[in-house]
Amino acid sequence: MLHGVAALPDVSGALWLMDHGALVVSDLHFEKGSAYAMRGVMLPPYDTAATLARLGEVIARYTPKIVVALGDSFHDGGGEKRIGEADRTTLCEMQSGREWIWISGNHDPDPVGLGGSCAKEISLGPLTLRHEPQTGAAPGEIAGHLHPSARVVSRAGGLRRRCFASDGSRCVLPAFGAFAGGLNLRDAAFAPLFPNAPPVAHVMGRGRVYAVPFARCLSD
Amino acid sequence: MREAKGRLARGPQAFYDGDVTRRPDILPDPFRSWFAARGWSPRAHQLELLKLARQGRSALLVAPTGAGKTLAGFLPSLIDLAGQEGARGEGLHTLYVSPLKALAVDVARNLETPVSDMGLAVRVETRTGDTSASKRQRQRRDPPHILLTTPEQLALLLASADGEHLFATLRRVVLDELHAVVSSKRGDLLALGLARLRKIAPQMTMVGLSATVRDLDELRRWLAPQRGHGEKAELVVAAPGAPPAIAMLDTRERLPWSGHGASHAIPEIYERIKAARLTLVFVNTRAQAEATFQQLWHVNEDALPIALHHGSLDAGQRRRVEEAMAAGRLKAVVCTSTLDLGVDWGDVDLVVNVGAPKGASRLLQRIGRANHRLDESSQALLVPANRFEALECTAAIEAAAEGAQDTPPARTGSLDVLCQHVLGMACAGPFLGDDLYEEIVSAEPYARLRREDFDDAVSFVATGGYALQTYDRFAKIKRMQDGRWRIANAKIAQSYRMNVGAIVESDMLRVRLVRGAPKSSGGAAPAPYTGRVTRGGRVLGEIEEYFLETLAPGDTFLFGGEVLALQGIVENEAHVSRAHSDAPKVPSYAGGKFPLSTYLAARVRKLLASPKAWGALPEQVSDWLALQKEKSLLPPSGKLLVETFPRGGRHYLVAYPFEGRLAHQTLGMLLTRRMERMGLKPLGFVANEYALAVWSIADVGTRAKKELFHMDDLFAQDMLGDDLEEWLQESALMKRTFRTCAIISGLIERRFPGKQKTGRQVTISTDLVYDVLRRHQPDHILLRAAREDAMTGLLDIERLAQMLARVNGRIVHKHLERISPLAVPIMLEIGREPVYGEAQDEILALAAGELVDEAMGG
Repeated sequence: MLHGVAALPDVSGALWLMDHGALVVSDLHFEKGSAYAMRGVMLPPYDTAATLARLGEVIARYTPKIVVALGDSFHDGGGEKRIGEADRTTLCEMQSGREWIWISGNHDPDPVGLGGSCAKEISLGPLTLRHEPQTGAAPGEIAGHLHPSARVVSRAGGLRRRCFASDGSRCVLPAFGAFAGGLNLRDAAFAPLFPNAPPVAHVMGRGRVYAVPFARCLSD
Repeated sequence: MREAKGRLARGPQAFYDGDVTRRPDILPDPFRSWFAARGWSPRAHQLELLKLARQGRSALLVAPTGAGKTLAGFLPSLIDLAGQEGARGEGLHTLYVSPLKALAVDVARNLETPVSDMGLAVRVETRTGDTSASKRQRQRRDPPHILLTTPEQLALLLASADGEHLFATLRRVVLDELHAVVSSKRGDLLALGLARLRKIAPQMTMVGLSATVRDLDELRRWLAPQRGHGEKAELVVAAPGAPPAIAMLDTRERLPWSGHGASHAIPEIYERIKAARLTLVFVNTRAQAEATFQQLWHVNEDALPIALHHGSLDAGQRRRVEEAMAAGRLKAVVCTSTLDLGVDWGDVDLVVNVGAPKGASRLLQRIGRANHRLDESSQALLVPANRFEALECTAAIEAAAEGAQDTPPARTGSLDVLCQHVLGMACAGPFLGDDLYEEIVSAEPYARLRREDFDDAVSFVATGGYALQTYDRFAKIKRMQDGRWRIANAKIAQSYRMNVGAIVESDMLRVRLVRGAPKSSGGAAPAPYTGRVTRGGRVLGEIEEYFLETLAPGDTFLFGGEVLALQGIVENEAHVSRAHSDAPKVPSYAGGKFPLSTYLAARVRKLLASPKAWGALPEQVSDWLALQKEKSLLPPSGKLLVETFPRGGRHYLVAYPFEGRLAHQTLGMLLTRRMERMGLKPLGFVANEYALAVWSIADVGTRAKKELFHMDDLFAQDMLGDDLEEWLQESALMKRTFRTCAIISGLIERRFPGKQKTGRQVTISTDLVYDVLRRHQPDHILLRAAREDAMTGLLDIERLAQMLARVNGRIVHKHLERISPLAVPIMLEIGREPVYGEAQDEILALAAGELVDEAMGG
């Protein structure tokens, strides 16, 4: 539950708002590979396809009425022009028959011109969806931007995974993009967002999401 | 000032075998008198090398330590230079390449003796990572006659536009510690550099200086340009020195069943240190170095000056230890492989090797660090830390007595280094694919390189080598009208220079000492520190990031001989404070864990199977083996013993392949997968150097007895097929291997200390790149490179494959009612070593479980 609304963190990194038929994903960072290639770092050009494949899979599972991309959908302003023909087609097919909203982010401040509509932020019932989480925001904020990840150590060993960070009144989504890195939940950037109680890390495991208390998440 | 104890100062004594062609008078005059003045006469191998150099032939010199190897290498150059009229200003004559920059610096200093004694107009200079930019500039403009450098610096020089000019005058190349270089990726880099040198200066000859190796012909081919017929350089073998005197400590104490600490033997080691002049105490890992050092100080009632030396310590601290050794101010140094090679820092008269020797050649190399006089035996003491290690020590002593060698076999040049070299050559100047290919296959490690692989490397350098050709407009090297490849812009050459080299360090964090943490009240764990800490504390050294991942703030560990508590990690530094703890968490940092050599493993198996040979073993060990014979079986020669027994409600399967921890870990992963499919419900496994234990819910032993499944099927070779593929996909070791390849090949840039401030969410994780690439282009050149590394490196698949083939159909299964004597050591490792298995999500489940507990407890 998030601010009274049913919210299911999916193992893919998407958030499913059943009551609204809305699927929220954040920080897709399409074309990060080609953005690096422009600077001479030849990352594989398959990141957009990989991200789209995962997105397609989760859309097929929930068949949402609305898909919201919470900003930084493209790694940079030129990404939209660099996206390959096949990937563009895949995206178009995914968009057909449903509402698709691009929230603008710091990497892609200009409206995305690839179908769907664009917005700085939107409301769904009592929830506010925007890219960058705001300190002191009213309860019910869903944001991305920070790429939360958690390092968890138990007697079976240690690992670092992407996670949702939520205290029940607001939620920061993990990055969905194939090449997007993570920022440790213990980083100072998260503290002001959760002034009352530290967030629970909903960590993406292999087959399900595990709720790990903040105390069990370590710094890097 | 440090005494001149270097390699040239150690004089060759009279060693003249009467062969006329080797008579000392082939030495020209200032040299003959110089030898005479020192009371020396040249050794046969020194003259032999001189003769070969005059005939314009390259050679491999194999000589024991103390045989005047380095002087032999330089003598032809010095004589040549002395004979040249106005030698000054005629360009670079001799290039010396050493794997260690400290060695290059030491050799340069020692060359000054003959040069100044004979008044030769010869300029000798070093060029390492520490050389100032202005000096490097000057060296290009006005090169010395003799330049001493490292493989990385050679690559940099060759990749510059004036490299061709600089090396055009080269007559001679001297390669030091060649046996140590050739078995690594740095060797691949050096081999490619030498191929280019041969092209620039076809008149030059090479000499490789090496300790004894298993296969001399491999090294001889390495020194010769390959033209498809296995061409070899000449061979000169110096007379061997006195055989070393190696003993194994037959401890008064009870020899432990397991563990690597050898704490039982510390008082006995201390006694030996006291009796000797200067002792080197070699251990296998930095963690053991820390622990051994700590324990020696515990018993150090005489306050003997005992120091610590390992690769994580601050470089300044290491230099101080080396200087104190050279000055004779130390009694003992506890060290890791950092002192295996290189400069002789003092008058060492005893080498103690704590733990398993791992390989016969490695042991001989270490023992060679003592007593550099040819005619006297080096003294060495082996201290096994547990019973299996006593077997290994015995096998190693026998191997040493026979002079058997087990250096690793020659490697096939790796593709990531090839990619780096291709870019370097483009930085030097435009090249034609055909020409560069021909040059590269003249280097022995790449002699069998297929043209397709070369073309893939070029395409990788240009645009990443992706089947989806979308990066053409961003290409780093471009094809010109005449078909030659050139770099797209100057920035690419700059980036090449920043990323050159074939060593990839793990991500390291500096360890900085800060004042103690504020006292936390109550029993709660101290909150992880993420804020600012007063800077200005001393840097103690560096530690692998992934090691620190196993520590929580407040945890204590040993580092630099002190007990430290982790305060927190701030940017790229681990802040620590001094702490008092009786049970510090000893860091198990991975650095320097060598696998047991195949050769030594075979000897250990043979020793085990033949009770007649047990006389050489400590009594405690032979008693233990006799008990094993009575209760179960001894591992039969040429077969694989598998024991099964129940214990504590679980069913154990223990196998004894003796193939080293790496191969056993891979085997454990694959076995548990297969057992899972067979419905045997495995829970986990643990591996050590000698054995592997898997535990399960199902009674594996009884089921095998009832022939519900066959042990032979469980260990069948086909496990290296799909199971391996599936596992590699997720293996953290595979991802680490890929990361190394990605950095060496230039796919991603190195991270430099201090340059890591950008948040992690914007840096590129090679794990993510690996996942994506594996799914979309599984035959990509970098995945091929990583796979090849995995075969021999962290996963040791090649060795596992050989083992599975060897024991195919030769599994001896012994079902027991209880644990066997031989199984005790591996069973004791459970709970001490990380347990492997499908535990990834287990970690999360355990951590999440606490939330439930909290909730229920309210």
